[in-house]
Amino acid sequence: MKKQNDVILRSVTRIAVIIILTFAINLFFSGHHAPGGGFVGGLALACAITLLFLTFDIESVRENMPVDFKAMAATGVLIAILTGVGGMIYDDAFLTQAFNYYNLPLFGKTELATAMAFDLGVALAVIGTAMTIIITISEDR
Amino acid sequence: MHTLHFMIMIPFLFAIFVPVLYKYFAPRVHTGWFVLLVPITIFLYLLRFMPRISQGEDLLRSVPWMPSFGINYSLYMDGLGLIFGLLITGIGALVILYSIYYMSKHREALHNFYVYMLLFMGAMLGVVFSDNLLLLYVFWELTSISSFLLIAYWYQRERSRYGAQKSMLITIFGGLAMLAGFIMLSMITGTYSIREIIANTGDITSHSLFLPAMMLILLGAFTKSAQFPFSIWLPGAMEAPTPISAYLHSATMVKAGIYLVARFTPVFGGEAEWFWLVSGVGLATLLYGSLNAVKQTDLKALLAYSTISQLGLIMSLFGLGSAALYFTGGNESSVYAVAVLAAVFHLINHSTFKGALFMVVGIIDHETGTRDIRKLGGLMQIMPVSFTLAVIGAFAMAGLPPFNGFLSKEMFFTAMLNASRMSIFSMDTYGILFPLLAWAASVFTFIYCMVLVFKTFRGKYKPERLDKKPHEAPLGMLIPPIVLAALVIGIFFFPNTLSEYLLQPAAHAVLPGLPEGLFAKKISAWHGVNPELLMTIGVVVAGYFLYRFLRKWVGLLWRYPQSLTLNNLYALGLEKGEEGSRFLTERYMTGYTRDYLAYAFGIFILFGGGALLVSNRLSIHSANNSSISLFEGAIAVALLAAAFTVLFAKSRMTAVIALGGLGYLVSVLFVIFRAPDLALTQLVIETVTTALFLLCYYHLPKIFKGSGRIPFKPINFVISLGVGVTVTLFALSANGNRLFEPISSYYKNSYELAGARNIVNAILVDFRGMDTMLEIAVLTIAALGVFTLIKLEMDRGGKNEETK
Repeated sequence: MKKQNDVILRSVTRIAVIIILTFAINLFFSGHHAPGGGFVGGLALACAITLLFLTFDIESVRENMPVDFKAMAATGVLIAILTGVGGMIYDDAFLTQAFNYYNLPLFGKTELATAMAFDLGVALAVIGTAMTIIITISEDR
Repeated sequence: MHTLHFMIMIPFLFAIFVPVLYKYFAPRVHTGWFVLLVPITIFLYLLRFMPRISQGEDLLRSVPWMPSFGINYSLYMDGLGLIFGLLITGIGALVILYSIYYMSKHREALHNFYVYMLLFMGAMLGVVFSDNLLLLYVFWELTSISSFLLIAYWYQRERSRYGAQKSMLITIFGGLAMLAGFIMLSMITGTYSIREIIANTGDITSHSLFLPAMMLILLGAFTKSAQFPFSIWLPGAMEAPTPISAYLHSATMVKAGIYLVARFTPVFGGEAEWFWLVSGVGLATLLYGSLNAVKQTDLKALLAYSTISQLGLIMSLFGLGSAALYFTGGNESSVYAVAVLAAVFHLINHSTFKGALFMVVGIIDHETGTRDIRKLGGLMQIMPVSFTLAVIGAFAMAGLPPFNGFLSKEMFFTAMLNASRMSIFSMDTYGILFPLLAWAASVFTFIYCMVLVFKTFRGKYKPERLDKKPHEAPLGMLIPPIVLAALVIGIFFFPNTLSEYLLQPAAHAVLPGLPEGLFAKKISAWHGVNPELLMTIGVVVAGYFLYRFLRKWVGLLWRYPQSLTLNNLYALGLEKGEEGSRFLTERYMTGYTRDYLAYAFGIFILFGGGALLVSNRLSIHSANNSSISLFEGAIAVALLAAAFTVLFAKSRMTAVIALGGLGYLVSVLFVIFRAPDLALTQLVIETVTTALFLLCYYHLPKIFKGSGRIPFKPINFVISLGVGVTVTLFALSANGNRLFEPISSYYKNSYELAGARNIVNAILVDFRGMDTMLEIAVLTIAALGVFTLIKLEMDRGGKNEETK
């Protein structure tokens, strides 16, 4: 397949990936108030990377994206657990989430919630899992 | 804590030091010399109690062990316990002295021997002095275990292991039955203390658990005491070293069951079932043991069967004596109470002469190298002391004067004749059998006693058949049987001293509440020409003639089908049990996952659906149902079509695609039911799983790729239909029977509570964040699992991990 001239595919991918990535990040951030969240956001991001794998070969993608996805999944779980431990520091039960509104310089009045950190952990774990499975299976030839 | 508590612990504590002593003094000093101190100390200690006990002063001391469960280390000493305690320690001391000369200090693993021995001694003392039922049970099982260890002392021999296993299986079976009986007894009375149970006997008899408790406790007693038909383990236990046979299997352990019967006579005695079971089984054992003893050619086997027979005799006497409790005092009672006195008396006598006989047989074995009667003969001149001891022991066992067996045998006949005149328990019809059976058994007893003495010591001397050149045993080996033989004769001449200090308090303990002095006058009446004496003369005459013509008829005893023997039934039972369970296991553990799934789903239908039917909750209400829209109906039809396509697809590819379609339809359903988060996730996940299925399909071996439809199997069809119906019924009745309002109204305030307008997300990350946290852990584990499975196989190239 890579011998063939797949310039259309490559061109479309270059644009589509950016859109998908943006969409994924949007899904992730909007999860608090609208449909979406860490799980779907993470999956969508993994889809973007998969599209890159399909278009270009795995080696070149990984050269440009030197991430150990297993470590990423582990980091995600760790973040989720640490947000839980954070609640305990303030004498609350494990996994008690907090939120408040701040006036940030660029965004104006913004809600910051520890639940977002937790969601980030979910997203990282999902991306890591999906990519680990796909890469491992595809390398098994 | 009383001193008695420490005395029972001494054997256990000393057992800890035995290996140390063995290690430091091993070949120089025989370890037995240290161990000897233990029984002597306890014996002397117990002797001090004799005057007090004979005055009727009992001793009850309790130390809490598990007080919240009513289990205490409570000890009770009365006449009965004291007799057993003295037998255990006295004969224990003699046996240990004997074993010092019998067991070689160079060749044998003496530390094992004496540790087991001390364990046994302590456990046995615990059994006879326990007042708490569960404490008694603990010590009871300890005797079983230590006896198991001792029988298999020469564990290299196959027959030792077989005998040990057999005795273990039988005695532990009885022990467990006994435990159940004890628990029932404590349920009836509300206490574990034997004293308190005896104090409440009035209420026990009418309880519905009375009979089961009695049966189970008797089962324990009969198995331990080798009563018919549980006697088969005792001959097998003769593979133990002879000191063990002398100690455990003649004087102490086998009497634990007798002790149990005696101890519980005040509780159960006076009932017809107890009377018939105990005395009936006792008589059957008596006859069975004596008949089998006659035909043995191995001296120890002969003694084993004679032990069985004598134990049956004692047991039947305790059964007859229990009739005295029926009358609760008065003249009638005293007639039957003499049986208990005879039982206790014969108990002591049997321990003395049987201990001596075992030791003599051990000497013969030790000095000639064989125990086979056919090889032995003419040893009288060579081993005169052993011969004298054998004569004393055997004649006492046969019940001849001037030995103690004569007295107890006479009392046995008295008790049997009394029993035949009994008017209760329907004895007026069957009672005449008792003295007849007893007399017949006594004749056989006489015969095997003569066989024991005269086939071994008289006749032709056959040195060519013996491995060793026989000579008289060393003095140390002879002292213990000499002491026992001296007792045999001493008791004959001074029975009343023994009676006053030991027998009467013991008989009182077995039959409490009967008037004082009831037993005092009975023991002195042992003179005069009466039916008992005539019966004994008859035994001697008949026994003499039968012994003369032994060779003519003993063959008849072997003439029965071997397949009907108890041993054969036991072996067959074990074999069939193993075969049966293997057959059963092989039937249902087929190794096919499909069968196990059928079991699992079948049980789900049976218990799940059954519970639904039994509990009357199967009711379908349509009040909660919402109306069905056109879209929902259409999607349901599409879902059904996709599902049936999966079932009836010819190729697996079609099935995979149809499954994907099913998934996408479900996500559309989510959209219709207004679950956008679910729909999103379902879409993506369905895509991924379909891709993975296609991957699997791509790698399938060619023969599987287009293997046609799923074959139709009726059982599978029925089970899957059943599961479907059950689940549907569950769902419908759950929907129709909503007991409480759903809690979802709480989550409406998610913006105030968690700062999130997306309720689903708020629940996932905030309200129920724990679940999400663990789920991402599951995902990560799955990823690592895939990675490990694939990478490990790749790196190793399918080789074993051992090549690492």
